[in-house]
Amino acid sequence: MFDFIMVLSLVLIAISILFNVYRIVKGPYPSDRILALDTLGVNLIAGIAILSILLRTSAFFDLILLIGILAFVGTIAFARHIERGVVIERKR
Amino acid sequence: MKSNDVILHTVTKFSAVIILTFSIHLFIAGHHQPGGGFIGGLTTASGIVLLLLAFDIDTIKNNIRVNFINMAVIGVIIAVLTGMLGLIDGEAFLTQSYGDFNLPIFGDTELATAVLFDTGVALAVIGTAVSIIISISEDAN
Repeated sequence: MFDFIMVLSLVLIAISILFNVYRIVKGPYPSDRILALDTLGVNLIAGIAILSILLRTSAFFDLILLIGILAFVGTIAFARHIERGVVIERKR
Repeated sequence: MKSNDVILHTVTKFSAVIILTFSIHLFIAGHHQPGGGFIGGLTTASGIVLLLLAFDIDTIKNNIRVNFINMAVIGVIIAVLTGMLGLIDGEAFLTQSYGDFNLPIFGDTELATAVLFDTGVALAVIGTAVSIIISISEDAN
């Protein structure tokens, strides 16, 4: 029963990732695409956490933190690009 | 237009410390667990990129006085020289050796020459990634 619920939630997270991909492709404005990318990162983190519960291992915990860091840096870079037009400034 | 970056600067000052500490953990854990020099170097590079995004190039260059191209070259040289250490005993290239030592505080500790090779790999990855990002961003006026 427990494994069935875990697999069911993995399937639901996969469906929500598919909806995120639809919004990334279709999204009329760049801000919609950036928000969809950030939400896709959150869904990936949740999927990895459920997978590590299902496999009863703690080897993926570093991976969760790493995906969180990379999604954070990427979201900030995209936000700088649509706000200023320049990602890294030469002089403030 | 003068922009207001207080939230981004405050979050960056805290999270850059966490990211750089986590990169050192990944580098050390690479002997028995997932991790190693390559992914530790990439995490360090992402921390420096976060600092570059929140502040600007001149501030980072004044505070981190490291030539990243020289760092990449020194890393490759360290990796090749520690790989050649195996040639002295007549073994193959990149043969690593380890031994048990009795250190004063840590007690009985296993030391391996793979850490020196990983240090070279990490320096090469940090230097290459950060110098690529800085040289890409310098082209825009």
